[in-house]
Amino acid sequence: MKAIRTAMLLFICLTVTAGVIYPGVVTLIGQLAFPRQAMGNLVQKADGSPAGSLLIGQPFSDPKYFWSRPSATSDFPYNPLASGGSNLGPTNPDLLKQVADRVAALKASGLPGPAPADLVMASGSGLDPHIRLETALLQVYRVAGGRGLQEDRLRRLVQEQAEGRQLGFLGVDRVNVVKLNLALDNLK
Amino acid sequence: MATSTKASKGIFDPRLLKGALKESFKKLDPRILWSNPVMLCVEAGSVITSVNFAYALISGKGDPAWFTGIVTFWLWLTVLFATFAEAIAEGRGRARAEDLRKTRTEIQAKKLKKPELDSPYDLVSGQLLRKGDVILVEANDMMPGDGEVIVGAALVDESAVTGESAPVVRESGGDRSAVTGGTRVIANSIVVRITANPGETFLDRMIALVEGAKRRKTPNEIALEVLLIALTLVFLLVVLNLSPVSIYSARAAGQGQPVTLTVIIALFVCLAPTTIAALLSAIGIAGMDRLFQRNVIAMSGRAIEAAGDVNVLLLDKTGTITLGNRQAAAFIPVAGHTEAEVAEAALMASLTDETPEGRSIVVLAKKEYQLRMKELPPHAESIPFSAETRVSGVNIESRSYRKGAADAMVQIVAGQGGVIPPDLEGLVTEIAKSGGTPLVVSSNADILGVINLKDILKGGIKERFLQLRSMGIRTVMITGDNPLTAAAIAAEAQVDDFLAQAKPEDKLRLIREHQEQGYMVAMTGDGTNDAPALAQADVAVAMNTGTQAAREAANIIDLDSNPTKLLDIVEIGKQILMTRGNLTTFSIANDIAKYFAIVPAALISIYPQLGILNLMHLASPHSAIMSAVIFNALIIPLLIPLALKGTKYRPMPAEKLLIYNLLIYGVGGLIAPFVGIKLIDLLVNLI
Amino acid sequence: MENHVLLFDLAQIAALLVILTLLVKPLGSYMARVYQGERTWLSPALAPLENLLYKVAAIDRDQEMDWKQYAVAMLIFNGLGVLVVFAVLLLQGWLPLNPEKFPGFSWDLGLNTAVSFVTNTNWQSYSGEAAASYFSQVLALMVQQFLSAASGMAILMALIRGFARHTAETLGNFWVDLTRGTLYILLPLSLIAAIFLVSQGVIQNFSPYVKTTLIQSVQDAKGNAVTEQTLPMGPVAAQEAIKEVGTNGGGFFNANSAHPFENPTPLSNFVEILLILLIPAGLTYTFGRLVGSSRQGWAIYVAMLFLFIGALATLYLAESHGNPLVQKLGVPGISMEGKEVRFGLGGSVLFSSATTGTSCGAVNNMHDSLTPIGGLVPLMLILLGEIVFGGVGSGLYTMLAFVVIAVFVAGLMIGRTPEYLGKKLEVMEMWMSVVIVLSAGIVVLVFVSVALLVPEAVKAMANPGAHGLSEVLYAFASTANNNGSAFAGLNANTGFYNLMCAAAMVLGRFAPKVAVLAMAGSLVRKKYVPPSLGTLPTDQAPFIIWLVIVIVIVGALTFFPVLAMGPIVEHLIMRGGL
Repeated sequence: MKAIRTAMLLFICLTVTAGVIYPGVVTLIGQLAFPRQAMGNLVQKADGSPAGSLLIGQPFSDPKYFWSRPSATSDFPYNPLASGGSNLGPTNPDLLKQVADRVAALKASGLPGPAPADLVMASGSGLDPHIRLETALLQVYRVAGGRGLQEDRLRRLVQEQAEGRQLGFLGVDRVNVVKLNLALDNLK
Repeated sequence: MATSTKASKGIFDPRLLKGALKESFKKLDPRILWSNPVMLCVEAGSVITSVNFAYALISGKGDPAWFTGIVTFWLWLTVLFATFAEAIAEGRGRARAEDLRKTRTEIQAKKLKKPELDSPYDLVSGQLLRKGDVILVEANDMMPGDGEVIVGAALVDESAVTGESAPVVRESGGDRSAVTGGTRVIANSIVVRITANPGETFLDRMIALVEGAKRRKTPNEIALEVLLIALTLVFLLVVLNLSPVSIYSARAAGQGQPVTLTVIIALFVCLAPTTIAALLSAIGIAGMDRLFQRNVIAMSGRAIEAAGDVNVLLLDKTGTITLGNRQAAAFIPVAGHTEAEVAEAALMASLTDETPEGRSIVVLAKKEYQLRMKELPPHAESIPFSAETRVSGVNIESRSYRKGAADAMVQIVAGQGGVIPPDLEGLVTEIAKSGGTPLVVSSNADILGVINLKDILKGGIKERFLQLRSMGIRTVMITGDNPLTAAAIAAEAQVDDFLAQAKPEDKLRLIREHQEQGYMVAMTGDGTNDAPALAQADVAVAMNTGTQAAREAANIIDLDSNPTKLLDIVEIGKQILMTRGNLTTFSIANDIAKYFAIVPAALISIYPQLGILNLMHLASPHSAIMSAVIFNALIIPLLIPLALKGTKYRPMPAEKLLIYNLLIYGVGGLIAPFVGIKLIDLLVNLI
Repeated sequence: MENHVLLFDLAQIAALLVILTLLVKPLGSYMARVYQGERTWLSPALAPLENLLYKVAAIDRDQEMDWKQYAVAMLIFNGLGVLVVFAVLLLQGWLPLNPEKFPGFSWDLGLNTAVSFVTNTNWQSYSGEAAASYFSQVLALMVQQFLSAASGMAILMALIRGFARHTAETLGNFWVDLTRGTLYILLPLSLIAAIFLVSQGVIQNFSPYVKTTLIQSVQDAKGNAVTEQTLPMGPVAAQEAIKEVGTNGGGFFNANSAHPFENPTPLSNFVEILLILLIPAGLTYTFGRLVGSSRQGWAIYVAMLFLFIGALATLYLAESHGNPLVQKLGVPGISMEGKEVRFGLGGSVLFSSATTGTSCGAVNNMHDSLTPIGGLVPLMLILLGEIVFGGVGSGLYTMLAFVVIAVFVAGLMIGRTPEYLGKKLEVMEMWMSVVIVLSAGIVVLVFVSVALLVPEAVKAMANPGAHGLSEVLYAFASTANNNGSAFAGLNANTGFYNLMCAAAMVLGRFAPKVAVLAMAGSLVRKKYVPPSLGTLPTDQAPFIIWLVIVIVIVGALTFFPVLAMGPIVEHLIMRGGL
């Protein structure tokens, strides 16, 4: 039947157009114009060793570091090979137990006031590199204690590292925890 | 027949009710109910709950037997109300059909050997006549079938069919040759060629139509039914889905009972669009019946609904827009003469003129100028109107009085050496422009003045056209007048357009042109030469006085032969559609309240939190479900009168009409069941 | 919540809707030109390529098809798509561009995925970064993201021609519509979008995955030390663009647009939302233009916008109230479970509304973790039939079926045989509209019933009670309506769900598509009826409101009981405090 032949030929043509030419052009332009972004915004430590990507969050539990959001990725938190959220529903007892445990842990760490939502609930990607600016500032006292630094200095660092609203109105005031902790390690 | 049943019977005439009740039980037969799939589903549901009820009685398991019993009872009533609605609509038609059928008693026909008045004939039963047979009908004979007069003329009493008591003339040739079975010849004899086989005659078709025996669903009705069936199917799946959902939820919540079969069926019946499904066929039948009450017979439901869609009405000027013929309105002198002179000459010229125009001149002259001319002088010579001269008049002794079309008169007077007054032409044009017909009057070779013949508009016709325009219907006036006159009358009557100097083939062309642009065209006609145009029109109303050809070509027959009936037909066509649409909206809007009654009731044992959805605060789950079922059943008989009468049509632009009907039937449909179910619940709990 | 947050969120919503509305006309008229076969400003660049394709495939661009030929061409082409994608996924272990050496898919997962991408659903039972090679992602899945979108638009064009032409037989040429839609609309938009996304940080490469050292090592679930992170790579931006532009929704990674490599910044988020809505919104203008009255297009746009804003407001309100159960534990404010910090509440709910109102199905937050009413909104947007802007092509043709039903009932209510755009609506149109509007709903009701009776299917729920029911309902709503998003806790990579969802996707896609073509075939034959005062004006407020009411009522009546037992009761439970 003629239609089948036409379908096959057109299928091949369009596959080449959309599946070869198009991604080829995007890769070419992307690599030439935005090489760092196209390769994943990789960062290095001060010593030049690879330290991950600025876009992919990392887990922190040491009081010396600013803590990032809980992550529900399997095997270990912030596992980029298993991106995803907890998918726990709002009335799921497991969710409430997890939140209660995290609140308790934060209280135990001496966090003042009510627990910030982004520190007790897991992100959708499990790889969220950000916390809210206020949430970072809440942790200043602990990091300062852990590192023997002045709180003011740390607070300044956090403010320096803060990302504002894009174009002045998009998103929220936030801090990239990976970037902040790298800067923290580079301090002194 | 029409005279006897025309007086509208109350909807709940006891005689009708009894018959309808019997019929409604017969219609429970699934083979008959098959034509109403939604109600068939309800009936199937009723059967299942009946079995369930029996089971509950015997085993005592499941829902309490009294509850299942009451639900079952009301489900059966729901079906019964639906069949009753149809039965009562049909019953009204059947009563009329009975009257009609009486006129169709066995008639002996005189079958002629040759189509001549004095040919020998055989006496045969009217039922044996076939198309093409030739019969003799003499004074006091009943017409044995539909036919066409081929020899002679006779006075025929057609009251049995039309309700019109004055006898009419039927003669061979021309536009008055059709005769109808069941009518009676009063005087003279005619030879008739039969044009319809028994069972197919006009009368037979009327009976069948009125009875609804041959009623076929209109495309529009089927389209609506498609929607209703689809909704029913969806609701069936919705309630079936509720079973696994409640089984799962009861297990997950660790409490409560999954919904029972009785509750599932009750919910299904309440959700299914039973209200409109129950009344759908009654609406169509009743619409035809309402037309019939106005002495109009539609050959199909489709024709009436098409009437509702008409965008263009072609109306003959004479008889529809204006009162019959033109009448003299004024005598206008030319320079050098007086009005009285004109009046007198006009009177003289019209003394022997028996046309309506001629008589109106005499009347006007006598009334306005107190002129008396009792007798025509014996030696007066009447000059009748002829197509060649286009003038008429009277010669009395040496004087000749003439009146006629301006150009013809000018020619004659000029031929006699007379002088043409200089202001004549202006006067004539002016009258023509204003819609009148100028008739020039002369005495010998003197032109005295002009008679203004004017068309008189029918009372209220302007308002009708205004209504039509607001309904989006364009009116086109068809007239044989010249364009000038036509334009003036068109302006006065406020029709949208006109066709002047129209010949029958112009009508056909006009219809085709409109149809090519996508318009639906309606027209009325009676003559044989109207037949092609009637056949072409989407809605073709033939006058019953018209020829057989016209009646064959039409899809609606007006027994009263009143051309303005077209407006009624349009209205009823719209009413039928509107009643369907409004009741559909009402029916579906009802479902929202029913959900709030039944869903919390059915599921509250699993999740007590759902009690918040019990907006009506119904007393108990059982009473909530029963109240919804009872409301659902009772609303059907409550709406039967509306279905039979049709929702009121108000001529207004589409958009306003939509808002108006949405407010009444949409919002009303939303609120009514909340009130109704609550009231029933209160009552149920009193008992 | 602080007031200024609300203000910024409102500003973002307003900016999106204003920009979208401003783009409707230029994009819409451009698309009209494309499908009319006219020259466009891209013709100098693309016409040679277009002609080459026709030459290679031996297509006579002037040969028009009637509805049956059009349907057969569409079915063959999509059938071929399923076969090819299925084969590639099963055989990817032997195919190139597989640096991570992923093995082939299981047959049921492969079938599910193939059907999913060909039907524009992009339901994903697999995790992209852990299962699909670059070859599969690009040459099988991404190609279908173009072709399924183009074929949805082609079907819409056939329907539009059904309205626009009269007393005709043919509806255009499927091959030409498919080709022009791909070349002139999807490719240029995707190209621009992809490069913009790279600028924001969406990756675009064919490198192997990158191993990096963690700043601070942690312990995994078993107590072993973890010191490294493996960053997945790939040509993400190219796919990300067409994923949104074609309302496909199939992400490169499991976390979809919540993943920082797919959606790194608030601005990339804003643009992705815009891209999702762009073509569906623009097509309303294309429609109006092609039927000869742009007002008719705007009327539909307004109805969609109305529903969109209603849904968005409900979702925003529900989410801004947060989860009282969590708040009771001493965590004030909104629930952040499943949400990304960078998008904020506005960027999250806007994305959720856009992605479920269209048939996109990409997500930037986990719908499973939304509050019950917050989850009800996306679910309801899907269940309404994906018409709030809708999938590319499919949204508008489904909307037009709703219009047909609304016009039908309204037409009756004003006493006329209903007509729309000068075409009388009769039995055929009614049948087909009912199939288009209700087939997905019927599939949902039946399949949910079946799933609840299969123990294995119930076991796959991640959350207990009412929320578990919502997960199953969402799964079949999403697949039958070709959305592709999920209450992702449900473990859908089982034989049961893979096959049932594949069936739902096929039925939900092709039954309406064929019905649309049949309706177009019936409409195109009809003559044109000019409007009069008695005609219902379908471009005025009363009809638009009526249309919205019909849509909401059909949706509400069909799903109220099951929604009552899912999100509604969960909401009551949550508010009542367990």
